Amino acid sequence: MKNEIVVISGIVLDESMRFSLVELCDFAKASPDQVIEMVEEGVLEPEGTSVYTWRFDTHALKRLQIAMRLEQDLGVNLPGSALVLDLLEEMERLKR
Amino acid sequence: MEYKDYYKIMGLSRDATPEEIKRAYRKLARKYHPDVSKEANAEAKFKELGEAYEVLKDPKKKAAYDQVGRGWQEGQPFTPPPDWGFDFGVDQGFTGTQPGGGFSDFFEALFGGGFRRGRGGAYDRQMQGSDQQAKIQIDLEDAYRGADSLISLNMPQADSQGHLVSNVRTLNVKIPKGIKAGQRIRLAGQGMPGVGGGGNGDLYLEIEFKPHRYFRAEGRDIHLELPVTPWEAALGATVPVPTLGGAVEVKIPPGSQAGKQLRLKGRGLPGTPAGDQYVALKIVAPSARTDEAKALYEKMAKVMPMNPRAAMGV
Repeated sequence: MKNEIVVISGIVLDESMRFSLVELCDFAKASPDQVIEMVEEGVLEPEGTSVYTWRFDTHALKRLQIAMRLEQDLGVNLPGSALVLDLLEEMERLKR
Repeated sequence: MEYKDYYKIMGLSRDATPEEIKRAYRKLARKYHPDVSKEANAEAKFKELGEAYEVLKDPKKKAAYDQVGRGWQEGQPFTPPPDWGFDFGVDQGFTGTQPGGGFSDFFEALFGGGFRRGRGGAYDRQMQGSDQQAKIQIDLEDAYRGADSLISLNMPQADSQGHLVSNVRTLNVKIPKGIKAGQRIRLAGQGMPGVGGGGNGDLYLEIEFKPHRYFRAEGRDIHLELPVTPWEAALGATVPVPTLGGAVEVKIPPGSQAGKQLRLKGRGLPGTPAGDQYVALKIVAPSARTDEAKALYEKMAKVMPMNPRAAMGV
């Protein structure tokens, strides 16, 4: 056990940020195929009409990361993930 | 190091079948998954569960664990037998969801070596460290002004021999001015360490506000319930009101009722645009302690008779 002090500043993922498909994959360590499938299944809803012009917000990054964890840890498939994510967000809204 | 009773962690008896082990894992994983669980300590429980399942689902590891673990109780101080050696076979390793860490010292002592060092002491595969999530609670005042915040995270790190050791890392994180609850800060390369030269994962910090004595944040807007006297509300007054940036004078219009909202533009959390502060009036009546005060209330009742429950039909 040792203590270590590191002074760091990160980037704030605020709502004005937008990612291209490549940037999103880079952030989430996902493959483009994974992301494309999630868009087709309604887990992610990017702005833009083609794969090349898709823009994802930070909310999409969070959904993607949770969906990947749900699949890995619980074996939830994509339609299931979309449902879980929508319900989680609904719960969050009701809490407020 | 302490002995871990993997059967107890999974709520199973020692003669559980592979199907029972899998079912128990699925059920508990849903209960404690950090993304969906509302249980306190979900993250720690989920990790513990993952570790237990990693061992019990694998017939080889399970057999080894059953052999070494006979007669031990959860939490007892434990040392592996001196001749202990777990043979992973060729290219076996982890199928778990968190490559590169997160397991207890107990697990590492029993099963750790084969994974990281491989045969001949060299790393046998390269793997990027996984991303880490953590929630941090900050004061509203820090979100208003921006601050450096010390946070402590329990995170395994590789020592000089490549062993993962549990380590409390203290990070001094810059909290930018105007951050909102629910927003995340991404610290690149501050997640789980990579294995065999793989890069580190990233660390995502989700911001939560500590409960404040009187402010409540909604996005960048700040809400405050402001106590006022009946005469301030009825006659109007200029009163001091706390804001995150310090007290300001606010005009209460004459004839204000309880619950009336006043908006102080731009007095919320900074940003583009900055949030507003909403002030809801709460009328506080003094208690009639003296005869003089009682007489005054009686006079009010006579001069200004009213039925505040008229709308309820009573």
